[in-house]
Amino acid sequence: MSSAATRRVRLLYFAWVREKIGCPEESVELPVSVATVADLVAWLKDRGPQYGDAFARPQVVRAALDRVHVKPSAPLGAAQEIAFFPPVTGG
Amino acid sequence: MSVRVQTEDFDVAAETEKLLGSRTDVGAVVTFTGRVRGSDEGREIAALTLEHYPDMTEAEMARIEGEAQARWSLQASLVVHRVGELKAGENIVLVITAAAHRQAAFEAAGFLMDYLKTRAPFWKKETTSAGESGWVDAREQDDTAAKRWT
Repeated sequence: MSSAATRRVRLLYFAWVREKIGCPEESVELPVSVATVADLVAWLKDRGPQYGDAFARPQVVRAALDRVHVKPSAPLGAAQEIAFFPPVTGG
Repeated sequence: MSVRVQTEDFDVAAETEKLLGSRTDVGAVVTFTGRVRGSDEGREIAALTLEHYPDMTEAEMARIEGEAQARWSLQASLVVHRVGELKAGENIVLVITAAAHRQAAFEAAGFLMDYLKTRAPFWKKETTSAGESGWVDAREQDDTAAKRWT
């Protein structure tokens, strides 16, 4: 059970972000004080060296909230699925 | 109007026929095919492996197609993007735009490709003929190309 001070979210990682972190997705209990994408990156960087490595240059890591691109300043709001990935290279 | 992600190859003529059939109101059709280039900045490329964000990819492609429809008077459009391992010379992406006149079809096809390259959640990993592999970096010129539409 999550307490009032945390909420459970699903984190997804792609391409070299996934490789550096070492897993494609995980479920985490997020403190409600983690309010924006940039806050979440800072919170993740404290979780271990693999996160520090993946977010060593946070400006090159992109994010999506519930499958929509967002900027680092975006509030997490009620997003259930938060994805981190390098700049896209399709086409 | 549709978008699709698939591992298998596509047939440009068959896709065009399926999209347009016997319509007589279409005066201009632009088809663009992106292929795996066998070299990049001096490296010999044997294959690309395309990863994507399955739950987001088609939604983002549909948003991009919707923007193209809002900007140009398109009669039909199709975007097909392949994923998985693709060898040099294989097809990666297909864009078809159909309109009454050529300008809308040309411009919308350019817009769709520029936005696919900068917004659709795909990532390429290249394998060289020497067997080395690495993630392809995003190119500044793709961002510059996309900005011409804003």
